[in-house]
Amino acid sequence: MIKNVLVVLALLGLLVMFLPIVNNFQERSELSELATDYVNGSIKDLNSPNVVTSVIVTYRGLDTLGEVTVLFLATLAVGFLLKKKALKTEKKEATENLKTTSTFLAALVMVLGIYIFSHGHLTPGGGFQGGVIIASGFLLLILADINLKINHTIIQLVESFSGVFYVIIGAVGLVLTIGFLNSRIIPLGEFGNLFSAGSIPIIYSLIGLKVGAELTNIIDTMEGE
Amino acid sequence: MSSIIIIVLGIIMLGAAFITIYLKNLVAAIISAGVISLLASVIYLVLGSPDVAMTEASIGSALTTVIFLFALNKLRKENKND
Repeated sequence: MIKNVLVVLALLGLLVMFLPIVNNFQERSELSELATDYVNGSIKDLNSPNVVTSVIVTYRGLDTLGEVTVLFLATLAVGFLLKKKALKTEKKEATENLKTTSTFLAALVMVLGIYIFSHGHLTPGGGFQGGVIIASGFLLLILADINLKINHTIIQLVESFSGVFYVIIGAVGLVLTIGFLNSRIIPLGEFGNLFSAGSIPIIYSLIGLKVGAELTNIIDTMEGE
Repeated sequence: MSSIIIIVLGIIMLGAAFITIYLKNLVAAIISAGVISLLASVIYLVLGSPDVAMTEASIGSALTTVIFLFALNKLRKENKND
């Protein structure tokens, strides 16, 4: 009884807190000063059609580095707490149809993931989304093909090398005195091409590989009994 | 038009949230929690942010659901062994 009353009181408190925000909400007819700067700068200075990507990778690059670090720590914690136990129960072998179809589909899913992170500066999406899609391709393989063994050495190598290169690319900007993680360290290229927008596609590909490797590791650790 | 879609989807999301809380069947509750994320990603798409919609659809509705199901499976196995 008291619990329910407290829940209702908490909800009423939230309502009181949020009501002024809802009441004072006014739709803006034009972008704020900072947003105008980002939209213009993304096209003029960085040569990237996708403004969201240029904000995530260049203008707020340090935040993205922190986000990648958080995901890395989460993977470490999952791997540390959920060690694979040696006991293995006998499972039924997957049928030939299931194996063939899932291998074929997983290849398509992974190609889609690679497309999404390498075209992050041109179309919606980017490193995180592409990485998750690659991990879901591996999930399909793990679920369908029971005897699949994922090579953890390769996963760790991909994960750590992409992380190191990400930081190195950021530090090159410091050496050239443009700014940490600034994408103008290499020529910007032609607007709208795959190889354009400076180092944005390189950084996003590295993030995609890193996220894909980490999430594949988490799924593999969670699934193994 | 877009506000009608958002209101309808929001009501369905509220319903799915209540189902998630009150359902005794844990697998169905996990699936219902995944439905909330999927509808949220549709709302993001209607509001014009495809980047966030992709993240929500892939992480929120696919990966989180699968990890919850794996965790449930692990818990059941450990309970059986005891």
